[in-house]
Amino acid sequence: MAVLEILRYPDERLRQVSRPVEQFDAALQARIDDLEETRRAGPGAVGIAAPQVAWFERVVIVDVSGRRKTRNHGHLILVNPEITEWEGFGIGREGCLSVPDYTGNVVRAERVHLQALDREGNPLSFDMEGFEARAVQHELDHLDGLLFLDRLVSRRQDLFQRKNYE
Amino acid sequence: MSNWYMLTLVGKDRPGIVATVATALYEAGSNLGETSMLLLGDNFTIMMMVHSDAGEAGLRRVLEPVARSLNLVLHIDAIEARLHQRPVPDVCILVHGADKAGIVAKVTAKAAEAGLNILDLESVVGGTEAHPIYILQIEGVAARGVETIEQALEPLQAEGIKIDVRPIDTLIG
Repeated sequence: MAVLEILRYPDERLRQVSRPVEQFDAALQARIDDLEETRRAGPGAVGIAAPQVAWFERVVIVDVSGRRKTRNHGHLILVNPEITEWEGFGIGREGCLSVPDYTGNVVRAERVHLQALDREGNPLSFDMEGFEARAVQHELDHLDGLLFLDRLVSRRQDLFQRKNYE
Repeated sequence: MSNWYMLTLVGKDRPGIVATVATALYEAGSNLGETSMLLLGDNFTIMMMVHSDAGEAGLRRVLEPVARSLNLVLHIDAIEARLHQRPVPDVCILVHGADKAGIVAKVTAKAAEAGLNILDLESVVGGTEAHPIYILQIEGVAARGVETIEQALEPLQAEGIKIDVRPIDTLIG
C-alpha cells in the first residue's frame, strides 16, 4: 500500500471525466487500498475520489462514521456510483484535499438514492441524507471533473437557509 | 519588509470604483492578495492586500490621483503577509432583534469570554424607520467548543435578542 500524491487545483487533470471500472481484478483491489490509505493520510477527509490521485476511473470512498450524531452507512467503497434520486437542498461548508486552504458554501441535495457496485462488483443501493449525502455528491462530482469551487454560493446566504424552516 | 500593504479606501459609493482602483494597481505592476469590499450604509468601503515593489511612496503616487478623482479617503499601511494556513470557522452565530444600543458589545463580549475568535462579522440595520431591527452574523473559531458559546449567550435572549448558535460542519473530501 502507498500514500499517493494528491492532484491539486488548478491541475487540468482534475477536470476530466473518469471512465467506468470494467475489471474487478487484483489491480483494482490494490488501487482501492492505496486510495484509502491516501484518504487516511489527509487532514480529516471523509471522502476521496480516484481522480484526485490521477486514477481516472469511477471509484470513490466515503466514510462519515467517525462523526458524532451523523447518520451513515459506515465505510463505503463505491465503484461506478450513480445518484438516481435527489430530494430537498441545503447549504453546507465544504473543503477539498485538492483545494488546500479554502472552504466555501455549496448547495447540495439533502437526500439522495445511490446505486453503485462494491469492490467485488456486487450491486449496492443506499438511501442517504445529510452529511453522508453531501459527501457522496462531493465525491461523485470529481468523477465528472467538477470541484466544489464550481458550485460555490455566497458566504453571506446562511440566514436564509435556516434549518428550522423545513 | 515583505512589500505588502493594506490599502483602505472609503467614500461615497458609485459604480466602477473597484474596476478603476484595480486597473490602476494592475497597470502599476502591483498584485492583489485578499480583498473585501462592503457597502456600509451609502458608503463604499474596501480593504485590499496589495503587493508592490514600488514601496509605500510609489503606491501612494499611483493611488492618490485615483482616490482624488473618485472622492475617496485613502489609507496605506505596511503589513506582513504570506501564504498562510487560514483558520477554518467552526461556529456561526446569528443574532437579530429590535435595534438598540449594545447588541454587538454584549454578544461579542460574552462570546469572547467563552473562547470565540471572530473571523467574519457583518451587521445590518433593517426594518422600518419606526421599528428598526438589527441583524448580526458572526463566524469564528470556538476554542472552548460551540456549546460553551451557546450557554454564554443564552442569558441575552431574556433581553429580547434572538440568538442562534450553530456549528459549521466543514466537509473535506
